[in-house]
Amino acid sequence: MIKLLKPGWQSLIQDLGRAGYRHLGISQAGALDRPALLSANLLVGNPITSAGLEICGGGLQLEFEQPGYFALAGAYCQAYLDTQPVYPGFAYPAQPGQQLKLGQITSGFRCYLAVSGGILTEPCLGSRSTDLNNGFGGLQGRALQAGDRLFCHPANIPPKSLEQGLRTLDFQRPIRLLPGPEWSRFDASALQIYQQPWQIRAQSNRMGYRLKGPKLRLQSQLELRSEPIMPGLIQVPPDGTPILLLNDAQTLGGYPRLASVIYADLWRLAQYRPGDWLHFELVDIALATQARHQHLQYLQRLQALFDD
Amino acid sequence: MQIKAQWLTDTALLLQAGSQDWSQNHWPQLAAACQDLADCQEQVVGLDSLLLVFGPAHRHLLVQLLPQLEQRLQCLTAQRSSPRLLQIPVHYGGTQGPDLVRVAQHTGLSPEQVIELHSQAEYQVLCLGFQPGFAYLGGLPAALSTPRLDQPRLRVPAGSVAIGANQTGIYPSHSPGGWNLIGQTSVPLFDPYADPPCLLQAGDRVRFIASQADD
Repeated sequence: MIKLLKPGWQSLIQDLGRAGYRHLGISQAGALDRPALLSANLLVGNPITSAGLEICGGGLQLEFEQPGYFALAGAYCQAYLDTQPVYPGFAYPAQPGQQLKLGQITSGFRCYLAVSGGILTEPCLGSRSTDLNNGFGGLQGRALQAGDRLFCHPANIPPKSLEQGLRTLDFQRPIRLLPGPEWSRFDASALQIYQQPWQIRAQSNRMGYRLKGPKLRLQSQLELRSEPIMPGLIQVPPDGTPILLLNDAQTLGGYPRLASVIYADLWRLAQYRPGDWLHFELVDIALATQARHQHLQYLQRLQALFDD
Repeated sequence: MQIKAQWLTDTALLLQAGSQDWSQNHWPQLAAACQDLADCQEQVVGLDSLLLVFGPAHRHLLVQLLPQLEQRLQCLTAQRSSPRLLQIPVHYGGTQGPDLVRVAQHTGLSPEQVIELHSQAEYQVLCLGFQPGFAYLGGLPAALSTPRLDQPRLRVPAGSVAIGANQTGIYPSHSPGGWNLIGQTSVPLFDPYADPPCLLQAGDRVRFIASQADD
């Protein structure tokens, strides 16, 4: 068991999310930075489908109530196991009574904690991910609170360790976009999506980031009905303010679809917070495809490092 | 019958009607027919489109997918669909249908006539979205069309049966909502721990049955 002492700004139980239920209106949820959760799970010897904690902003404090191993990955923050500094990219043993304390995340926004054997809540619709909007999955469908106890198995056998820690990926590169179905229905204002940076507004969360910048205008009024949408899509409501959808977004939407973030760059969105600036660039399907396969090859090489 | 296809994202292909003779009823059928496409994890029906979501390792090219979709389209025209019919008991009016009188006043009908018209029609589940298990229903009698509330309610009770403009639906879970609440059902529309988790799916037919007693 693990006991939450302080939850930090927002900590959620997440795995890689729900697949196969969008046709029922059920969102993907899951870790926004999939490579980071995957890395943390690999470091403690877990299957990559194990659930861990997505820690937003830092500040989490917890106590281990049994022996085990843990690893952090994703954004860096100063972290201590009792008085011992611990770093993302490494697995560490923990004994009962030891406390893990995370400082504030200063570069990036989300880090991930995996424990040996995974966090074992009851799966819901094939996943342990928290669906915040609809209140199911994870721990009672909500963010973690002080006093919560998370069930996991004790572990005494150390996971395979690497000679070096796992490097955190660089998220600070332009986010690559594909034009969307309504791209050509916008006027020249649409080009500004990649001609200038966009600031993430305060009214942003795991459903989507509202972007602050010039208004984007259609050439003429367009009536759209409720159509399927995806995480990574940028839609533009009548007020001209783009919304970049994330994993907790609804499955249908009726706003014009300007562009979408390519699969290979989705994970980077996890590391931006309100007030940060996003830089976009436009690519085509061939480049998006190439980037996607390179990204998957990187993940496969990661997994291969831990194979016996 | 023709469709047009384009990538919505680099892992999701959006299909839209490509000819005048396309019928909305075909989307659920085409969705089912596409389940066997390589790496196709999801087939999401919308009001006017279908989204095929592929796994990130997929290697489809649009030019190779088009003939495969065409082949499935051809089989559709020969199919006869036999959708399920679900009958949903509804307690109309009273505290469970606080906007029934508003709908009656707007449409010029009596509350009893509103109930009669609403429960006599047969509806088609066009697609699910907005919330888990929320079904967009087609087939609301035009005479019942009532504009949304000026101010949405902060909390619509779960199971509320509602009319919004020319659509009707049921809220599976409590949520904010701006539709007119004319009744309530106690039949669960969504339970994340049930299998299947949702009562309805695209392509189903639905009838509402006015019930007197609490169910």
